[in-house]
This record gives sequence, C-alpha cells and structure tokens, in this order.
Amino acid sequence: MNGLRTVLAELWGLFVDDGRYALAIVGWLLLAWLVLPLLQLGGGWNAVVLAAGLLAILVESVLRRARH
Amino acid sequence: MPIDWTHAGATVLAAFLASLVECVEALTVLLAVGATRGWRSALAGGAAGLLLLLLLVVLLGHALARIPLHGFQLVVGALLLLFGMRWLRKAVLRAAGVLALHDEEAIYQRKTQALRGQRGAGPGLDKLAFAVTFKSTMLEGLEVVFIVLAIGAGRVELLWPASLGALAALLLVAVLGAVVHRPLARVPENTLKFVVGVLLCAFGTYWAGEGMGYAWPGGDWAIPGVAGAFLAMAALCVPWCRRLASIGAQESAR
Repeated sequence: MNGLRTVLAELWGLFVDDGRYALAIVGWLLLAWLVLPLLQLGGGWNAVVLAAGLLAILVESVLRRARH
Repeated sequence: MPIDWTHAGATVLAAFLASLVECVEALTVLLAVGATRGWRSALAGGAAGLLLLLLLVVLLGHALARIPLHGFQLVVGALLLLFGMRWLRKAVLRAAGVLALHDEEAIYQRKTQALRGQRGAGPGLDKLAFAVTFKSTMLEGLEVVFIVLAIGAGRVELLWPASLGALAALLLVAVLGAVVHRPLARVPENTLKFVVGVLLCAFGTYWAGEGMGYAWPGGDWAIPGVAGAFLAMAALCVPWCRRLASIGAQESAR
C-alpha cells in the first residue's frame, strides 16, 4: 500500500508541482478546444493562438515565481 | 507506414536528451549504493528495475496502438505539455538562479553518507542495496518511459525512433559510468533539461493542436517553429527572472 502510494505520488509529481500552473495549462487547453472553433479564425490561426496562450502561461508563471 | 524524419529526428533527439538526464540521476544512486553496499545487489536492483520498465513499454506500446488517434493525441499532448512545461519552468528558474541547480556530486555524497549509516549487509543479497537501486531506476525510468511513449505516441511509427534515442542514452551513461566510476557531475544537466523542456513543449503543443483538429501552418514543419518560439521566450525569461529575483532580494533585505 505504501509502495503504491509512493508510485502514485511520483506519477502525480511528474506532471504537477505548481498547482496553479498546471491548472492554467489544462484550463487553456480546454478553452482552446471548446471556444476557438466558435471564433472561426481559420487558416491555421487556431493552432497559432493555442501555442501563443501556452507561451503566455509559461512567461507568467516563471515571472510570478521569480518575483516571490 | 514509412517514418517521417521531420518528426523522427526531433523524436530521437528529445528521447535521447531526456533519457540522458534521467540515466545520469539513476547512475549517481547506483554508484553510491555500489560503493557503500557492494556492486552485486546494487546492479541486481538496477537490472530488475530496467526489466520491469521494459515490460511496461512493451505492454503500453501495444495498448497505445489500439486507441483512436485524435482523442489520444489530445490526451498525450496535454500530458506532454504538463510534463514539458514543468521541466522548462524549472530549467528557466534554475538558469536564472531562482532555484538551486541539481548537483550530482552533492547528491552522491549525501547518499553514500546515509547508506554508510545503515546496518551492514549480511551474506547473500543485500535487500537495502537492491531496494534503493530498484526504486531509483524505476522512478527515473518511469519518466523516460512516459517521454518515449508520449513523444512517440502521436504517431505509433515514431515509438521505435523514440525507443532508440532512449536506449542510446542508457548505453552511453552505462559505458561512461563503468569507465569513470564517478557521478557524471560535468553533464550540463540544466541545459539539457532546458532543451528537452523546449522539445517536449513543442511536441505537446503540436499533438494537442492535431488532437483538437486544428491545421498547423507549414504542417509538420510547425514543430521546429513552435520549438523556436518556446526557446526564444524561455531564453528571454532567464535575465528577466534574474532581475526580478534580485529586486525582490534587495527589497526584503531593507
């Protein structure tokens, strides 16, 4: 049981160490998936906006961590 | 299906570099255990961990080939992004001096000291040595397995190049470890993590976009483009974070 808990904790730790950062990534992916098609940008712009949002999340997170 | 080398080259590189980082970390523990508790049990634990990981790759690899591609690309892309963006964030903060760098030599010293404090091994298999190297190989290896499966899984034919990259890293670290018998402290681990983080983010973004059904400008060539954007942004953040951290330190010193 203890071993299983260690493995699960390690697996969780592979993907999440800052909860807010992980939540922002998942939230943005959901938003990009569900909302971008409604905007009808077309011509590859959906993919570009998806990438730009992820870059913005990275920048916000490292600057927030450096500030504190 | 023939291998597309736009993907395969980046896949081999990402799997090789990511595995190199993890293998170096596992080697440090193996060396510490071997030097203090004996090589037989340390190597047996490492080998048992590797066998279990191999089994995991074979089982999961077969299972992945049966899952519908679009939904799968989205899930794998999301997981790769969570994983890769965590690595890249940490690498940026370490490069900026906000977080401490990973020091293999210090970890080796700490491990050997802790193991020397334990009771001596009796005849036969040393359970402690076996358990420590087994656990370390498993945990570091799990990351390698995830990376190989995730970057290869967007297209199943890429699993082979990804596995080859990981295997090459394992062999290289094993040979270097056997020759130098010291932790590979001179491997620029944070630089490797920075590069791997960038590559994983690029693959994750690409697979997630494909999974959502979005067309990428330039098709497969969007991967190096997205990687370039992540690299440029992360590199810009390093001096920016350094400045913010030093301002914060000055303010708290007042």
